[in-house]
Amino acid sequence: MQFRTRPRFRCEKPIISQNEIGRWRASCILPQSHLQSWHSLSLIETSMREPYNVSINPLVYCLAFISGFIIMSVELLGGRILSPYFGNSIYVWGSVITVFMVSLSIGYLVGGKLSLYQVSLRRYGLFFIIAATALLPTIMLGEKILDAVFLRVEDPRYGSLLASTLIFLVPTALLGMIAPYSVRLLVENTNHSGHVAGRLYFVSTLGSALGTLGTSFYFVLYFEVNQILTTMVVILLSAGIVSIAAHQVARSE
Amino acid sequence: MNKKVTIIVATLCGLIIFSTTWAAVIHEEKSLYRNIEVKESVNRRCLVFAIKKGDRNQTCMDLTDPQKVVFPYARMTFAGLLLNPQPSSILVIGLGGGTIPTVLATLYPDSQIDVVEIDLAVVDVARKYFAYSESERSRVYVQDARVFIKRAGLRGVTYDLVILDAFTGDYIPEHLMTAEFIEETARLLSPNGVLVANTFSTSALYDHESVTYNKVFPEFINFKMPNTGNRVIIATIKPLPSHRTMQERAMKLTDILTTYSIDIRSFLPYLKRTKDWRQDVRPLTDQYSPANLLRNN
Repeated sequence: MQFRTRPRFRCEKPIISQNEIGRWRASCILPQSHLQSWHSLSLIETSMREPYNVSINPLVYCLAFISGFIIMSVELLGGRILSPYFGNSIYVWGSVITVFMVSLSIGYLVGGKLSLYQVSLRRYGLFFIIAATALLPTIMLGEKILDAVFLRVEDPRYGSLLASTLIFLVPTALLGMIAPYSVRLLVENTNHSGHVAGRLYFVSTLGSALGTLGTSFYFVLYFEVNQILTTMVVILLSAGIVSIAAHQVARSE
Repeated sequence: MNKKVTIIVATLCGLIIFSTTWAAVIHEEKSLYRNIEVKESVNRRCLVFAIKKGDRNQTCMDLTDPQKVVFPYARMTFAGLLLNPQPSSILVIGLGGGTIPTVLATLYPDSQIDVVEIDLAVVDVARKYFAYSESERSRVYVQDARVFIKRAGLRGVTYDLVILDAFTGDYIPEHLMTAEFIEETARLLSPNGVLVANTFSTSALYDHESVTYNKVFPEFINFKMPNTGNRVIIATIKPLPSHRTMQERAMKLTDILTTYSIDIRSFLPYLKRTKDWRQDVRPLTDQYSPANLLRNN
């Protein structure tokens, strides 16, 4: 077992922001002036990562890959879920993609904010479990929501936009929280923050690519939409449990 | 020397083939859904949904005889009239060049005809190049068929004849192939209503689609003609009429349909009711509808 001494506070002021293609970016600014130091200090007090006695990085990368995979898989199924009600036109895809982008950006913001407080694999795991729970209404109530929106909104553009907001906003935002939180779990010092963010970006986007490919090429050929979604829920739950278990095991006394 | 002769002969052959099949593109546009071309040769004008790998003619018009229905599958669609020879309200899904609604409008001037076409550009092209015209009794709705049919069902509208012709051949709208969609469409049929669907006759999709229709209609007419790649499904709310009834109706319709080059009597031997597909495949549903993938299997 590896034993490392780490600086207790790595990133005094993490800044989570979105780049031009809508993905998260994390950076750190060191306290520069005395004027700022009191403020930074208050952040130092709260932004504390649970110390672990083994490297948790492979696990975090793996979980970030899973979240990337699931986000895009659900997004692709989104078009499928809406098409019986609003058709398959370009604006239906427009609605789905818009809602996913908005939800992710909200998720990045909230996830980044939460990474300022007590940061641990247990909380990280909780995100996965809550996201899994939030996907359940998509499976169980999706049709009811679609029926209700279809009856109330005549224009299929706004109908599909409203329906996808109701069905996908919450679970996608929760999945979006995972990315910036992962950065906080991985970053050990400010010099490496860009490197870490890049690698995480790479892993989770690769997950998204495979989620897209797998769903559109193969999953839909063998499984029903709800079977795929249920599998995603199970994977998210398992990921959450693994993360919480890892927290218990690797936590240093 | 020999080589030269070969080259000359080959060039000549090429020129001959080129000149007989050559067609001028008289209109070209990129719509929201596809590339549209209108091609014209010596005596034909065709609407083409251009795709790099082999264009698909959607509708052709014989310029020397504009009333003629050129495509076999379009002619086959009229077999639906054998199950209800006097439809007073008609719904056509998919306009193309407008052949089917135009012929129906002249056959039944008193009937109400609704046409649903997703692509506004196709509607404009049909008006401009294929003499398609709307009237009080014949209206076109630019909408996704699934949305139209769902809304029509909510309003309680019914039709005596529904023709599904939304499949361009290269891309299949998967939400228009599911059992739920067929159920929604069946709900629009009046007690004497007939559903005519122009569908696929090859690949794994044939089995899946047959099973799907069979789920909604325990019995239907499976209409395939030799030398065409199409299959037309004809289903009714009431039990199917006897062969004799259809024969009698065909006799009455023969004269009027001959004007459009439709030989309805020739259809009779091919209006089969046997289930010649694999019954053990999964029906297509809103949950499971990989129609485009099944087509390649």
